[in-house]
Amino acid sequence: MKTYSGKSVFGGIAIGKISVYQKKEQMIKRVKITDADAEVERYNAARKEAILQLQGLYDKALKEVGEANAAIFEVHQMMLEDDDYNESVENIVRNQEVNAEYAVATTGDNFAQMFASMDDDYMRERAADVKDISERLITVLSGNADHSVGSKEPVIIVADDLAPSETVQLDKDMVLSFVTVHGSLNSHTAILARTMAIPALIGTPLPLDDTVNGRLGIVDGTNGVIYVDPDEETLAKMQKKQEEEAEKKRLLQTLKGRENVTLDGQKVMLYANIGNIKDLATVIQNDAGGIGLFRSEFIYLENDHYPTEEEQFTIYKQVAETMAGKRVIIRTLDIGADKQCDYFNMEHEENPALGYRAIRICLTRPEVFKTQLRALFRASAFGKIAIMYPMITSMKEIKRIQEMVALVKAELDVEGIEHGDPEQGIMIETPAAAIISDELAKEVDFFSIGTNDLTQYTLAIDRQNTKLDEFYDAHHPAILRMISMVVENAHKAGIWAGICGELGADQSLTQEFLAMGVDELSVSPGSILPIRKIVLETNVEEYKAGK
Amino acid sequence: MKEFKYVITDPEGIHARPAGLLVKAVKEFSCDIKIGKGDKVMNSKAIFGVMGLGAKKGDEITLTFDGADEEAAYEAISKFMQENL
Repeated sequence: MKTYSGKSVFGGIAIGKISVYQKKEQMIKRVKITDADAEVERYNAARKEAILQLQGLYDKALKEVGEANAAIFEVHQMMLEDDDYNESVENIVRNQEVNAEYAVATTGDNFAQMFASMDDDYMRERAADVKDISERLITVLSGNADHSVGSKEPVIIVADDLAPSETVQLDKDMVLSFVTVHGSLNSHTAILARTMAIPALIGTPLPLDDTVNGRLGIVDGTNGVIYVDPDEETLAKMQKKQEEEAEKKRLLQTLKGRENVTLDGQKVMLYANIGNIKDLATVIQNDAGGIGLFRSEFIYLENDHYPTEEEQFTIYKQVAETMAGKRVIIRTLDIGADKQCDYFNMEHEENPALGYRAIRICLTRPEVFKTQLRALFRASAFGKIAIMYPMITSMKEIKRIQEMVALVKAELDVEGIEHGDPEQGIMIETPAAAIISDELAKEVDFFSIGTNDLTQYTLAIDRQNTKLDEFYDAHHPAILRMISMVVENAHKAGIWAGICGELGADQSLTQEFLAMGVDELSVSPGSILPIRKIVLETNVEEYKAGK
Repeated sequence: MKEFKYVITDPEGIHARPAGLLVKAVKEFSCDIKIGKGDKVMNSKAIFGVMGLGAKKGDEITLTFDGADEEAAYEAISKFMQENL
C-alpha cells in the first residue's frame, strides 16, 4: 500500500480503479508557409469550430453544474473572439510566414505569461484558461479529435492537472473522484468538483505511471489522502466510512428542512456545538436551527496575546451574520483545567478541575471579561447572539455578571457605539447550580446543561482517569434526575432549558429528554439529523405511558 | 469624447465573468471604448485587455468613449458598471 497526501477540494470517500489521464502531448512544429491568406483563413475556420465546441461544453455544464460554473465556457468563447489574441496570431502567421499551430502556441504562451505575472491569485489562475483555449485551437487545427477522458467503468481520475474543459467533459457516471498533482483551490476545476460533490484532491505528489495506473485506489477526500493498492484493513475501514457517509447523505436528503416535532406535536430546538469559526459550514450543511454552544476559547487559545475587542467583534459578527437571524449562543471564555493559555500566566494548581477556571477567571480579571462582553454586545447588533456564562455555582456570581453587563452597556451608550441586547443565559454544570436552579432561573433568560462537568462533579469521578471507567455511569439516575429537575425549574420561571454536553447527543436518551420536556439539544453538527430522525418518530405521550 | 470614472465595489473585482459581460456590452457600440486603470489603458472590447487590468475592489477605472454613438455608449456602459461592478 502506498499513501499520498494532498489538499482536499471536496470530502467523501471514493473506492475504485485508478485511471491516469495523460494529456496528449501536442507536438507543434514550426512550418514555413507560402500562402499567408490561406493560413489565416484556416485559423479562422478552426476558431469557429472551437467556439462551437465551447458552446457545446457550455450547454453541458449548464445542465450539470449550473449557470455560474458554466460561465467559464462563455468566457472561453470570448477569449477566442478577442481582437488582441487574434491579431497576434495573424501577425505571427503573416510576418514570420509560419503555420497557424505555431502562431497559436506562441500567442497562447505570451498571453498566459501576462496572467501568470499578475499580483493576484485569481488572475494568475487564468493563465490555465489561456492555455486551455490555445490547446483547443491547436487540436482543431491539427485535425485531432477533441481529447475527452473516456472510460467504460467508474474510475478515480489521476492527472497532472485538469483544465475546466477536461473536467466538464468527464462522464459523471464514470468518475468517482479526481486527484491532481498540480492545481489550486481557486481553479475552476476545484470549483466544479465542489459543485459536482465528488471527492477531489489537488497538490498530490504521486507518480503518473504504472505504479498508480490501473491499481485499486481509495480517495479519502475528507482527510486529503489517496491510498494506492490499499491493504485489507484500510479497505475495510474505508468501506465502512463510505457506507456511513452514504447513510448520512440519505438522511440529509430526507430530513433537511423538516421541523423537529414529535408525532404528538412536541417541538424541540436542535442546535450545533462548534469550537471554531471554520465549523460554520458544517452547521449550515446539517441544517442546525442555531448554534447552541460556540466555544469562544479557541480565539484565546489560537492567539499569543489577549485577543482585542476588534479581533473578537469581527469573529462574533461573522458568526451572527452567517447564521442570519438564527440564535447563536456564545459561551464566554472557558479556560483553566484541561485548557491552558500561556499568556494568562496561571499558577500551577493541585486540583485544576476544582480550581481557577471559566467564570472565576473572568470575575477576577475584569479587564479580560469586559473586552469580551463589549465585543459580544457590539456583534449582537448584527444577528441573534445570546451570551452564556460557564461554571456558575452561586447567585452572587450572577449578580456580579449583571453589574459588569450593565457597566458595558452604559459605556457603549456613552461612546455612542451601536450594540444589541443579547439574551443572557448560564450553564448548569455544577451540582450547586442544579440544586438552586429554581432561584437562578429568575435571573436569566435560559439554561444550558453542561453534562460533562455536571457528571464529573456529581459522581466525583475524574473523566480523564480511565481506571475509573467501571465506576463511571453516564446514565446515572442522579444525573438524569438532576436534568429533569433543572428543566422543571426553568419552566416554572418561564425560561427554556437545553443540554449542550455530550449526553445531549446520546441517541439512547433522546426520547427520555423529550419526556422531561427539554427544549433544546445542542450537539455536534453531524448528530443533528440522526437526532431529528428520532424526534420525528417519537410519540412522547406513548413513551411516557410505556415506561 | 466622453469619459466616465468608476470605483469598483464588487468584492471580487473584474473577474472573468464580469469581464465577459462588459465586453459583450461594449461590443454593442461602434465607437472606440478604452478602459484604463492608473497608467494602463486597454481596449475594452477584448476580454484579455479587460482582465489584464487586474482591477480589484476599490480601484478607480476610467472609461473613454470616442465615436459616433459615444453618447449612447456612455449612458449604457456607465449604467452597466454601476449595476454589475
